[in-house]
Amino acid sequence: MSANQDGTNLLEVRGLTKIFGTLTACDHIDLDIARGEIHALLGENGAGKSTLVKMLFGSLEPNSGEIFWNGQAVRISSPGVAKKLGIGMVFQHFSLFEALTAAENIALSLDDGSPISSIAAKARALSFSYGLPLDPESLVGDLSVGERQRIEIIRCLLQTPQLIILDEPTSVLTPQEADKLFETLERLRSEGKSILYISHRLEEVKRICDRATVLRHGKVVGHCNPREETASSLARMMVGNEVQAVVRAPVEGIATAQSLLEIRNLSRKPATPFSIPLKNISLNVRAGEVIGIAGVAGNGQGEFFESVSGEVLQQDAASVRIRGKDAGGLTITGRRLLGAAFVPEERLGHGAAPRMKLSENLLLSRHATDGKAFVSGGGMVNSAAIQAAAQRIIEAMDVRKSAPDPEAAALSGGNLQKFIVGRELDRRPSVMVVNQPTWGVDAGAAAHIRQALIELSRSGSAVLVISQDLDELFEISDAIAVMHNGALSKPLPIAEATFEKVGLLMGGAEPGHAEHTLETA
Amino acid sequence: MMRLELVKRPQRSQLFSALSPFIAFALTIIAGAIMFALLGVNPLTAFRVYFIEPVSQLWQLHELAIKAAPLILIAVGLSVCYKANVWNIGAEGQFILGGIVGSIIPVLFPRFEGPLVLPLMLLLGMVGGAAYAAIPALLKTRFGTNEILTSLMLVYVAQLFLDWLVRGPWRDPQGHGFPQTIQFGDSAVLPELMPDAGRANWGFVFALVAAVLIWILMSRMLKGFEVRVLGSSPRAGRFAGFGLNRMVFFAFLLSGALAGLAGISEVSGAIGQLQPVISPGYGFTAIIVAFLGRLNPLGIVAAGLVLALTYLGGEAVQSALGISDKVARVFQGMLLFFVLGCDTLIHYRIRLVGLALTKPEGAAKLESAPKLKEAR
Amino acid sequence: MDITVNILLTIATAATPLLIAAIGELVVERSGVLNLGVEGMMIMGAVGGFGVGHLTGSPWIGLLAAIALGAVFSLLFAVMTLSLATNQVATGLSLTLLGLGLSGMIGTSFVGQPGERLPNLDIPGLTSIPVIGRLLFGQDPIFYISIALTAAVMWFLFKTRTGLTLRSIGDSHTSAHALGIHVIRYRYLAVIFGGACAGLAGGHLSLVYTPQWVENMSAGRGWIALALVVFASWRPWRVLAGAYIFGAVWIGQLHAQAFGIPVPSQFLSSLPYLATVVVLVLISRNKRLTMMNTPASLGQPFVPDR
Repeated sequence: MSANQDGTNLLEVRGLTKIFGTLTACDHIDLDIARGEIHALLGENGAGKSTLVKMLFGSLEPNSGEIFWNGQAVRISSPGVAKKLGIGMVFQHFSLFEALTAAENIALSLDDGSPISSIAAKARALSFSYGLPLDPESLVGDLSVGERQRIEIIRCLLQTPQLIILDEPTSVLTPQEADKLFETLERLRSEGKSILYISHRLEEVKRICDRATVLRHGKVVGHCNPREETASSLARMMVGNEVQAVVRAPVEGIATAQSLLEIRNLSRKPATPFSIPLKNISLNVRAGEVIGIAGVAGNGQGEFFESVSGEVLQQDAASVRIRGKDAGGLTITGRRLLGAAFVPEERLGHGAAPRMKLSENLLLSRHATDGKAFVSGGGMVNSAAIQAAAQRIIEAMDVRKSAPDPEAAALSGGNLQKFIVGRELDRRPSVMVVNQPTWGVDAGAAAHIRQALIELSRSGSAVLVISQDLDELFEISDAIAVMHNGALSKPLPIAEATFEKVGLLMGGAEPGHAEHTLETA
Repeated sequence: MMRLELVKRPQRSQLFSALSPFIAFALTIIAGAIMFALLGVNPLTAFRVYFIEPVSQLWQLHELAIKAAPLILIAVGLSVCYKANVWNIGAEGQFILGGIVGSIIPVLFPRFEGPLVLPLMLLLGMVGGAAYAAIPALLKTRFGTNEILTSLMLVYVAQLFLDWLVRGPWRDPQGHGFPQTIQFGDSAVLPELMPDAGRANWGFVFALVAAVLIWILMSRMLKGFEVRVLGSSPRAGRFAGFGLNRMVFFAFLLSGALAGLAGISEVSGAIGQLQPVISPGYGFTAIIVAFLGRLNPLGIVAAGLVLALTYLGGEAVQSALGISDKVARVFQGMLLFFVLGCDTLIHYRIRLVGLALTKPEGAAKLESAPKLKEAR
Repeated sequence: MDITVNILLTIATAATPLLIAAIGELVVERSGVLNLGVEGMMIMGAVGGFGVGHLTGSPWIGLLAAIALGAVFSLLFAVMTLSLATNQVATGLSLTLLGLGLSGMIGTSFVGQPGERLPNLDIPGLTSIPVIGRLLFGQDPIFYISIALTAAVMWFLFKTRTGLTLRSIGDSHTSAHALGIHVIRYRYLAVIFGGACAGLAGGHLSLVYTPQWVENMSAGRGWIALALVVFASWRPWRVLAGAYIFGAVWIGQLHAQAFGIPVPSQFLSSLPYLATVVVLVLISRNKRLTMMNTPASLGQPFVPDR
């Protein structure tokens, strides 16, 4: 292709800047990617990683700065241009179409007019050669998250790119699936392809990446060789200062403590064509402990949360018991009145109404539990009381905001999550169920939230945390259970739990055979 | 070739929230001027006839109130529906059923007189409108049937039903074959407010009271909060423990009852009997009123008066200038269009971008309005 | 035998405008846009078709005008919902209200005027074949267009790459945008196609079905076409079936009225509307079918992030 292939880097970025209103998401970013290297782009949530790669893939237009491809200045005005240059992308939030087949999904990103049948055949061949099995005829809506990622990767490889961008690819995989992905990446590197690998998981960056560029608050704060760094030195570069470590005091006498949340043989039929049935789930959460539920996304965690919270009612009233009372037939309001509190996964649109003020969002989950304080007899809202309570939460959780009582959508993810968690903690609930407590949240806010959950449990509440983030679960849980395909394993006490054991369970290994499989592996 | 680009504002703009109906009105006037010019009429003359002359005397203001009353009554009910993201567009049918059911007493029991008659009629009117609105609500909650289409289909059915009644079983035997019921007795007629000054009746008072009550409901009460949450983020509403199905019923029954009240008020007040057609499309025009009032009950009062004026103006240009009174419908349609378009300004800034440019340097102009970073 | 043929012919004539409008709306909705303005675009097509046909004396030019007017009218909707991201339900409603008003105003002078009718096909030798001759070779030209259109849309949606792209946008506009597909551009074209179809359907009403101008002559057919798309779960061949079922209901009640069946004519006239409600209930009871087929981004506004 181009004549000066050896002297220059494959990709050079100079002074790339992207401004969203008052927020400079990327501020004069410089980045070099050599041929045949795996280059890490490190940074915590909100550091500007996704914005940067969207500019490299033509999804966003930079305000200023230059991009050089094989030494030539280029303007990547659309994903089509990026693909023509030889840049491929595997998105974090997959850009897939659930109602279409895998082959159709792949065809949509290829520009040639070849018929879908031939694309299916090519995809099948490629998937075998890279050890990424894939059925081109299956509907994407029916596939697991890991399988969906394979489609994204194969779709990307079919375009024979020279540079492959992967945005947080392992956040949806089991540790074992991640290992397979790393093998694929190393094979691609050996074929001379370059990879830009975006992650905030330091161990895996140290393991597979040749060089790293670290972003913080939209700026490049350093380049390094991750193999020569420690996880903590990388973390310091990412966050800027030491993040307070979460302290988990050991619990005593837990075996005799009262079970505040009991789940007995909870089952649920799939509600929609693409949702997961729950299979006979049983679990006890006692006063004073944090139980974590691990699992790959889409294995029934959302359905489980809905059933426990009462957004969906159960046939069998005894299948969910809160503080010793049957709650399966109670609505979410009834369960709250028994002393339970819930934090859903999605912040905007589920845990909070985006276009409503924080004080109104306070009313969202507490109009019944604090009915006397917030709502007068005639059904009138006491706005002074909800504003005062919102201020109290904002101060307790250190929520940073730009206006006295802003709309929920105007807050950053971390600050909104602190408010939503704080809204429930403010009630001192005796049972707290949280789905993905720190998803997409910056490190400082995450530490704050985790510590608050531990303290709630130690003050005598039962805390249940559903998370895809294994590091998080190992940090805060007293025991970890694993959800796979709608079934829940027995909780492993934290002292016995390891990444490998939990990872195998996440991949669907029989709970009883976990040890055995580990030995033979 | 230019293209529009929308830049999301971090907070809704208070300025454009207040301004957008006025901008829309101004744009409608401009478009209307062009339309009148195309029809061969001097726009200034036309506007004088259309907007000024119909409201230059006291009795005419009474006529305005008569037209505005049903529009406001229906629109405040619809505003609750639309805030709840429930799409009742069958208010015209609920209006008709309110008129029919409310007329049961004066038509079938004309001997029954006294002070109880009118309150009973109004109550029956509300029940009739609410019951008719309950059909799409039931179908939506029970089977998930799209309420837009069912509520609209029921309008045609209601119109035909009324037509059958006044030509068939309810026809006035002494009416010389005209398709209409008997004239209502005195105790079944909604009294006029100031009989010496004009024809305006208590319907207008009902409209104002309803607007104030609904305003309190929506802005001060937990129920109004429930409506707004379920309408803007249904999942958050479910998380709050609010029932979506209950809300569908609440919105339909409330708006149906108000449309029914408007219907019986119109029949017993302005008309005094049932006829094959009792509404010049109030139920549909009220949709425009609701949006022009930005779904705020107090704004709806103002919007109702404006839309009432378009009806009067339509009649005026027809008699004075010989232009079809359909021009009113055109004005109403254009107004709604411009209102919806201007509402975009509340949530977005609009930029014009040339398709040809957008070199990195060309696009480097700083955008002064903050843009919300994609948050998830 | 002749009566049967005549009834079948009238059913086809009643079904054709429903079919055309519904097929157009199907394409629009497959791209993820809900245009409730079908009734408005249809009535504009009807008044434009009649008016231009009347003024020029050529029903063919009238037909072209109907198509053009429907398309232009839909462009209004496209600018509002696609470029200004307005609420699709409210905008579609306003398109219908505007169309009904504007057509009434334009049509004032056409009331009672003689109209032009598109001639039926007449192929010597073929049309005169007993029974099937008139059914296959003796109908109005728009009938043939409607059938061809249905087949073409089926082929386009499920056999071409462009059709696949259109369906993908309806499934997820964010994914499509991330892949570099021009979501807005596709949707503009889809909406305009839908408008042209609605205009053509309106032209059929005033140039074939009843070649004269009557205010509100679309009589809710645009809304029924919208219901047909739901009924058909967004599949063209089912739209065809549904349109003929509704055509039969429409004609059936007219024949019943003509026969003097002792049921008030108003009740018979309301049958098509009641049938629409019943059919919608029946189809929506099957939640799985509805969920699997509804374009996932239907009615959602889309503002690309640049």
